[in-house]
Amino acid sequence: MSLMNSTALVVIEQDASGFSPINLKVMGAVACLREFTVLEVDLLVVGKDCAAVAEAAAQIPGIRQVLIADGDDGEHQLPETLAPWLAGLARDYSYLVSGATTFGKNLLPRVAALMDVQPITDVVAIESSNVFKRPIYAGSALASVMTDQPVNLLSIRASAFTAVEPGNFAAPITAIAPPKAQQLSRFVSQQQVSMERPELTAARVVVSGGRGMQSSENFQLLYQLADKLGAAVGASRAAVDAGFVANDMQVGQTGKVVAPELYIAVGLSGAIQHVAGMRESKIVVAINKDPDAPIFQVADYGLVADLFTAVPELIELL
Amino acid sequence: MKILVAIKRVVDPGVRVRPLIDGSGMDIASAKMSINPFCEIAVEEAVRLKEQGVATEVVVVSIGSPVVQEQLRSALALGADRAVHINTDSTLEPLALAKLLKQVVLQEQPQLVLLGKQSIDGDHNQTGQMLAGLCGYPQGTFASRIDCKKDEIWVTRELDGGLQTLALKLPAVITADLRLNQPRHPTMPNIIKARQKPLVVIPLEDLGVNVQPRLQTLAVAGPKLRQQGVKVTDVVDLVDKLRQEAKVL
Repeated sequence: MSLMNSTALVVIEQDASGFSPINLKVMGAVACLREFTVLEVDLLVVGKDCAAVAEAAAQIPGIRQVLIADGDDGEHQLPETLAPWLAGLARDYSYLVSGATTFGKNLLPRVAALMDVQPITDVVAIESSNVFKRPIYAGSALASVMTDQPVNLLSIRASAFTAVEPGNFAAPITAIAPPKAQQLSRFVSQQQVSMERPELTAARVVVSGGRGMQSSENFQLLYQLADKLGAAVGASRAAVDAGFVANDMQVGQTGKVVAPELYIAVGLSGAIQHVAGMRESKIVVAINKDPDAPIFQVADYGLVADLFTAVPELIELL
Repeated sequence: MKILVAIKRVVDPGVRVRPLIDGSGMDIASAKMSINPFCEIAVEEAVRLKEQGVATEVVVVSIGSPVVQEQLRSALALGADRAVHINTDSTLEPLALAKLLKQVVLQEQPQLVLLGKQSIDGDHNQTGQMLAGLCGYPQGTFASRIDCKKDEIWVTRELDGGLQTLALKLPAVITADLRLNQPRHPTMPNIIKARQKPLVVIPLEDLGVNVQPRLQTLAVAGPKLRQQGVKVTDVVDLVDKLRQEAKVL
């Protein structure tokens, strides 16, 4: 397989700003795949009024072309609309790749089922053209899985790969027929979170709070700290369950997976489900008044202290 | 409305598991087992819909060796009406699970299929989406709220960047996220009552589905361990170390 030329189709993700930075990480994974196979890469932009996204995608180095499927019916990118159409497109490729985001997780398995393919989700390492590593049991282990399916569907855990740099490139942009509307599902509304701070999965520094924060109001303390550091703010499941913050801030097995340069865990015990979402961070700081909290086992720097005195002091010193 | 809920037996979320020394899998032989937490939320939601008079019957299904009947009984104790056990000793991939569940959907003809968004062992997050695709049903994944309207169901979904609400035609597949509900604890009388509720066993072979695995697991290994760090004396020491040693500030 590795000696043959292969082709990959990468589904470009869009966010409120257009071209999502996640795509650059996904392309980092594609670059890793290239170490094992000669790969022609097409990027797919589907949606309504998505020409600007296609232009941004065309600046990614080393791609053959950007396919753009622009039309009213592709708006909101519902999987019921996209999957049958994408299953048809993907048959001509060796790989169909997306990010392991809520967008990719929602879409890719549906496409795979229609193609009778077992997808490999949450890829964190590429070991050859057909062997991929993925975490299981909340990251307590990594499984190396081999596939010899003719088409492979991969979703990429962005935090595990280095982003490629878009540059002064302009790959050809080819228009293709967009998907057709369906009657199964209909978009009603979307509530976008405000983007005052960097996105969790893309931030250089992440400040996270746990149950020890005690209330929603006390999270203000973490926002102040985050603003000093240009950081994103995350939370443990316990803090989300307690209603302190919204679920989209959850870091962990079932929330977001982050790997920032600096991760500051505040009042957070460090349950295995939480550690699963941050263990690849470069430097971990833990502030907790319980010296036996498991978070100290994964922290490079541990401070046993009451967060309500330590955090204001830290804000002061930065 | 009839609801089908698919549940999975997994290692209890409170148990810390490690890979086997030979790398062939996880050391779970003696671990405490439970209903996958997301599946439990799916069962709870179905039972609530029945209590609200929206659902008429709640059927739970699980795939695995006879031990999964323990989790099916737990689901019956939470309020499901009857259970279906697809009996197999094989460990199956999500694609095979989805194909088997499709057969149960064809037999039971539910208006709504509820599943957990992912199981906490394989962490695939695939089965619900695949089942929806195979059945040609709409999907509402990562649901944090469900509202039954006249002939559609509205689902609020937890996305990376906020919340999205979709209207789905019935029949539909919905996968549960954490905030959908807080499952109840079964009462003793309900646990006893659950023993009498109907549970049918279907041999996997009877469903005529090819469940051959598509992937081969070459090895299972522990993650890179983080080096044990140091304790700092105070905030001044911490900032100093972050600046001078780690150079991240």
